[in-house]
Amino acid sequence: MEQFASNFGLLLQFPVVNLKIVIDGVMIGALFALAAYGLALVWGVMNVKNLAQGDFVIAGGYICWWLSEKGLPALLGVPVAFLVMAGIGWVIYKVVIRRVIDRDLFTTLLATFGLAIIMAQMLNLIFGSDTQSVDLGYETLYFIDGFIDVPIAKLLGVLMAGSLAIGVVLFMKYSRMGQAIRATAQDARAARVLGINTDRVYAFTFSLNAAICGAAGAIIVMVWVIQPFYGITHSVRAFVIVTAAGLGNLPGVIAAGLGIGVLEQYGAHIFGIGYQQAIAVLLLLLVLIFRLLQQRRVRQSLQ
Amino acid sequence: MSAIIEVNKVSKSFGGVVANTDISLSVEKGTITGLIGPNGSGKTTLFNSIVGYHPIDSGSILFEGREISTLPVQKIARLGLLRTFQQTRIYGQMKAVDNMLISLPHRKMRFADAFGRNGPEQYERAEALLEFVGLYQKRFLRAGSLSFGQQKLLEFAMALMNEPTSLLLDEPTAGINPTLINGLIDRLRRANEEFGITLFVIEHNMRVIMNMADHIYCLAHGQLLAQGSPSDIQGDQRVIDAYLGAH
Amino acid sequence: MGKRAVFYLALIIFMIIAPFVFPVFKTQLATVWLMIIVALTWDMTGGQMGYNSLGNITFYGTGMYVAAVVTIALAYDVGEYTGSSGGGIYEFTDGQYFTGMFLGMLAAGLFCSVVAVVIGYITFGLRGPYFAIGTLGVAIAAGELVSNWDWVGGGQGIALPVYPGDFENGKILFYFLFAATGVALFLFLKWLYTTRFGAAINAIRDDEEKAEAMGIHTLQYKLATWAMAAFFVGVAGAISAFQLIHFEPLESAYQTINLGIFMVVCALLGGKGTLWGPVVGAILFHVFKEVTWTYLLGWQWVALGVLIVATVVYFEGGVVGWLMERKPHWFSLPAKADEAAGDDQS
Repeated sequence: MEQFASNFGLLLQFPVVNLKIVIDGVMIGALFALAAYGLALVWGVMNVKNLAQGDFVIAGGYICWWLSEKGLPALLGVPVAFLVMAGIGWVIYKVVIRRVIDRDLFTTLLATFGLAIIMAQMLNLIFGSDTQSVDLGYETLYFIDGFIDVPIAKLLGVLMAGSLAIGVVLFMKYSRMGQAIRATAQDARAARVLGINTDRVYAFTFSLNAAICGAAGAIIVMVWVIQPFYGITHSVRAFVIVTAAGLGNLPGVIAAGLGIGVLEQYGAHIFGIGYQQAIAVLLLLLVLIFRLLQQRRVRQSLQ
Repeated sequence: MSAIIEVNKVSKSFGGVVANTDISLSVEKGTITGLIGPNGSGKTTLFNSIVGYHPIDSGSILFEGREISTLPVQKIARLGLLRTFQQTRIYGQMKAVDNMLISLPHRKMRFADAFGRNGPEQYERAEALLEFVGLYQKRFLRAGSLSFGQQKLLEFAMALMNEPTSLLLDEPTAGINPTLINGLIDRLRRANEEFGITLFVIEHNMRVIMNMADHIYCLAHGQLLAQGSPSDIQGDQRVIDAYLGAH
Repeated sequence: MGKRAVFYLALIIFMIIAPFVFPVFKTQLATVWLMIIVALTWDMTGGQMGYNSLGNITFYGTGMYVAAVVTIALAYDVGEYTGSSGGGIYEFTDGQYFTGMFLGMLAAGLFCSVVAVVIGYITFGLRGPYFAIGTLGVAIAAGELVSNWDWVGGGQGIALPVYPGDFENGKILFYFLFAATGVALFLFLKWLYTTRFGAAINAIRDDEEKAEAMGIHTLQYKLATWAMAAFFVGVAGAISAFQLIHFEPLESAYQTINLGIFMVVCALLGGKGTLWGPVVGAILFHVFKEVTWTYLLGWQWVALGVLIVATVVYFEGGVVGWLMERKPHWFSLPAKADEAAGDDQS
């Protein structure tokens, strides 16, 4: 307890520490937002609440880590993870998701939970349970007498996350497939009547989601750490962000992503790094309760 | 004659869309009252406001003299004010007769009663009411396997099982085979006369409502357009215009 | 004697002699009963009421801790006991052990019921997947909370006294405690599902909005159902605590992705929404799990994940659901051919 209090006191004593925490939070939050955007996509288009979301992220991270272990440039890992995860996402859609998509929502939730267990355990068997990261070997920039340190690798990560997000948004807006996806999200039956092959749209959406997560994971391994069982925490974060922001609300997803990034950094500063999962889950419960109270005011339940 | 449901200056909007503006009407005890209006005129919204499905923006709603606009759905239902749904709702996986038994009036039960079983009287009553709506033969079928019209009748029978003082029916004849409509009108009348249930009915079928109702309200564009006896309404130029879209 | 009576009698006899006939498998058999208990209680909300919880493990873990704290508190100061973490010498008399066990089981059940009502008051406003995710969040949060609470031993966990007397006799006692709880639960549910209460929670499953519109006290029913389920899970947790002797908060008490998800899979595998489904599912699941644990060194978890996915994707109605379709007369159901499809459950 005293430890927590003194950590908290530090924030008041040295306001510049706050600035550092916020900058760190924003940089990592951008990556959370990316994975959450993928979740919002499959949630909105296919009504699939994917509990394996975080494991897609971690899998992408391991692809990048494996490449750099093999002596290939780590930056190459981002596009490779994107493509490989797109393939894996497509297979998972064909084998599992397609068969549960019309069933009740708990079925899809549980099926993806099963997938999450399979993926985490396989990563564990293949890569071992140690935490891993990739060091890009770039310099670190220092500001304000060295109080604020901004590794160039992190800046690069944010930049890549941003350009990927812009790319996906432009794709959704202007390409034929993007338009088909948005049409299906609005009304799948009408889209089918108008000749859109919704099965293909779903397959594409799900593999696009896996690809986005994979790329996010590849960036995360360069700026942070991964471990086979960190997936569930990433899934929880994605759920927090989407639940807080609502579907089809891209600015909301970004804001919530950055918000949870900053809040987690504050939590890690005050309570220590060991509380990471606890903080993510606590945020989930807070967001659910908040949304619940909001709905209760109009006498509805959160569904 | 006294009013059992009194709606005073009720307004309701969703976001920017105004569904009901300053609607005032009253339903007399023991009567059949009709509510008509073109599609999108706010009839179902008004029903939802009365049964507490959503809070209203302003105004008041009294049931037997008691303010109910602040109460949630279950509490209003337990006061004896019940509704049926436009998109019929029944318990699909249960047998028709079980659908009836679960509709016993919960307001008259203590919590401990939930741990009892239904006796022969309850079964008799459930079967009598199924007979009343013509579903006796189907009583052991899964409710979800009944046709839409039969589900509608089952929902009506479930509502009667609940012994309400007042029943709000949302388009009871929609989707029902036209040859069965006369039978349904007769049953609604009997429910009103024999069981003493006040009926408040949304209906698109003019023949049905003109035949049945003692008093009719007409909504258009979320506002009360006209009211009166069926013959008044039939002769009202404003109502005719509203339906023809001239309004 | 009817066929049914013979069947039940044979079952009861098998239950009683099983630990003596298969002495090596005493603990395994006890675990099967544990799985049956958690699967049946999960099905109370998941199968019968349509509320799919992923957080029932909260009650299991809480039951374990309540039993441990009650037993220790009868003889010593709990903070000192856990603070010494095995350093001090603490002895329990037979009387203290068995009083602790009895009171611990009772307290665990009752406390978990209260917890269920408190948590349920909030989480039952969540529907469908939100309820599942919300309860999962509660379970993870509860585990994290307890593992940082030094008074109950923090992340180290807590140790209970060892069964006084012959170790093997202890195993038999735990088997019969689980079996008795399981049988009591089964008979209780067999009765409950035929009352108006059972019909009401089925109505909530089929269409909750309709149930509300018909004036059913939906929240009361939901809280009562979960509280009853929590009672039995809490008792099962208490027995597990004595059986395990020492347990950790995350690995054995609040084991979200082990037992927490197994119970769901058991119920689905056997057929949710039926009385026998969770029982059959629990037995099959445990056999599958033990076989994979023995023969698929390292890959057992992947196999379990595959089983989960395969069960939900390809085996919708579970074993009992499948039998109901094939042999409707066993369940005195009308044959499927008489009914047109028209399930309006979403």
